[in-house]
Amino acid sequence: MQTVTTTVAGLGMREFTGGSGDPLVMLHHSFGNPGWMPIHEALADHYSVHALDLPGYGGPEGSEQPDWARHPRDLALIVGQWLRTKDFGPVELVGSGFGGWVAAELATMAPELLKRLVLVGAAGLLPEQGRIYDQFLVSHSNYVQAAFSSQDVYEAIFHSNGDDPDEHPLGDDTLVMWDMNREMTTRVGWKPYMYNRRLRPLLGGVTVPSLVVWGDSDAVVPLECAHAYVEALPDARLEIVPDCGHAVDLEAPESLAAIITGGSS
Amino acid sequence: MFLSYFTEQPMSAYPAEEGLKEGFTSVLFSNKYYDPVEGSRLFNERIEEYKLAEQVGFDGIMVNEHHNAPFCMQARITVMSSILAAITERAKIVQLGNPLPTYDSPLMFAEEIAMIDMISKGRLISGIVRGAGQESVCLNANPAYNRERFNEAHDLLVKTMTDDGPFSWEGEHFQYRVVNPWARVLQKPHPRIWVPGVFSAETIRWAAQHRYPYISLNTPLHLTGELWQIYDQAARASGYEPGPENRGYLLRVHVQEDGDKARENAREFMWMQGEFTGIGHPYWTSPAGYGSSARRLDYARMANSEIRGSRASRFEKQLAAREIVAGTPDEVIRELRVVLETCRPSILMLWGNDGGVNHDDSLRCIELMGNEVLPALRDMGDELGLHDPIELDTPVSLALTPPDELIPVESDDEDRPEDASDSKALQMFR
Repeated sequence: MQTVTTTVAGLGMREFTGGSGDPLVMLHHSFGNPGWMPIHEALADHYSVHALDLPGYGGPEGSEQPDWARHPRDLALIVGQWLRTKDFGPVELVGSGFGGWVAAELATMAPELLKRLVLVGAAGLLPEQGRIYDQFLVSHSNYVQAAFSSQDVYEAIFHSNGDDPDEHPLGDDTLVMWDMNREMTTRVGWKPYMYNRRLRPLLGGVTVPSLVVWGDSDAVVPLECAHAYVEALPDARLEIVPDCGHAVDLEAPESLAAIITGGSS
Repeated sequence: MFLSYFTEQPMSAYPAEEGLKEGFTSVLFSNKYYDPVEGSRLFNERIEEYKLAEQVGFDGIMVNEHHNAPFCMQARITVMSSILAAITERAKIVQLGNPLPTYDSPLMFAEEIAMIDMISKGRLISGIVRGAGQESVCLNANPAYNRERFNEAHDLLVKTMTDDGPFSWEGEHFQYRVVNPWARVLQKPHPRIWVPGVFSAETIRWAAQHRYPYISLNTPLHLTGELWQIYDQAARASGYEPGPENRGYLLRVHVQEDGDKARENAREFMWMQGEFTGIGHPYWTSPAGYGSSARRLDYARMANSEIRGSRASRFEKQLAAREIVAGTPDEVIRELRVVLETCRPSILMLWGNDGGVNHDDSLRCIELMGNEVLPALRDMGDELGLHDPIELDTPVSLALTPPDELIPVESDDEDRPEDASDSKALQMFR
């Protein structure tokens, strides 16, 4: 794995990259990408994986903040410019949560940049029955915890200070990154919260195959949004991961990798 | 001295045990506990008290606004200001302050204050604030742009008050095809703008750079010296010599003939400091992007810890430190002398009644303040040279200060400490 920074629209854009094969780009949740994770490692056996920090995400070393961005669609435009700069040709674009929303926006405006769209617990559509869990009413850690069905998996990833009662369980780097990421989410996604009424009518123009993956216990974005995406995208397939929360990429990396690579469902 | 009366106007008639059970009393604390019958009674009692405050000699009545919390009933500062404009004759209406960034239409706000200024026959003092983070949450105004929206709304407000329309406004956060309100402020060039605050060095400096008096909201007395140092440095760098006319202070003061009764009632000041209400989460009071990035780690640690109880010192300690002053008129006058000598404000807001202090006691407190405390404060103010901006007829802002009155600023003083805001004591207060 290596870290690469590419300048796009005057912004340094950071990615973690590794593996070989066709290019696969991953866009993270609103709480950010914790690093080169097992999902990246698993996919790197099949693809050249590029885990990109969205503009303004990733902490002090992450991608630079575009002061002018006001909407996730602005982030999608920057990611589009980044893809063109990298000159990968059509990529597999995998977006989780908030990153799924950005990926869906990008797919509507530049489907030629994609070989396939993979949405994992993606935000972006307003649920009709349930409600997208609002991070701005809870602490950073309570929100991230809500993305996991297993508290143990959450702690294994984020409690870098272990059980030392004298230490905050969360490492300083995690706290600072979460807060910077939340600030960027605030800048582009304060309201309306995690959906865009102008997205659904455009999803019909996504001409590439799409894969929609959802944890069956997603407590952040209701499962009905998975069905809404499948209905709106012309060529979409749904895969539901059992016993898994919102952050399928972090909680069930092997399952997600198998679904993406077509190994099993 | 400019002496003003203030009360937070608490919605004190709610079941406090429900708040304690819930663990917080703001933002999401259900308004099913709000009894509008009691609300109506409390509003009308406060209105009677404001009328008395004017009768007994207060120069001003200070009003404020907060949202989704029992510690303050006023959801719209311009509503109570409008009422005061009609029911009082002489006292200034002191808005401290209007949370500008939370308003989606600064133009509509400009229309409202122009109406208030005319109806009150030029008695409006229109303070402005960023608003605590939870106000942004409650009114759903993006907290990450709070300061930008504050600055832009301020610029638009001042232009609307001073320039003839029509003009257009194409800002980052506000756009208007036509700014041309048929409502103009009576006071020329415009009503005075005062800036209240608790501890933000950035805001203190901003107020000084605009030559707006800064009203320190119950900041512990021993820290006010540092606050004025920040203000004074920025003032001198802006070309004028600051003085007491730039300084205001809000202090909790309760007076009764019986000193023990006064102190017992003054315990109610603890009401909004977390003993009964005013409890919230850090991610509400300071949402991501609202606070200073320099304190990001400390804030994130705090926000991700268990909810903490009140940060306030014990009542007795606050009395000893004169953060609360209570007693007989003579006792209070003695204590306030120390406050005036230490802090040297020309604008003093007496926060007289809070929590569950009943209407009769509130009226008596106001009466005793007017009859005994205010005359003594005026004498002390003269003795200590604490002359307020209205008395001195100072320019309402730096922009409207005649250029020949400004002192040429030589160069940026390199020896000047960056700002006194980083002192340990001030950080702890935060």
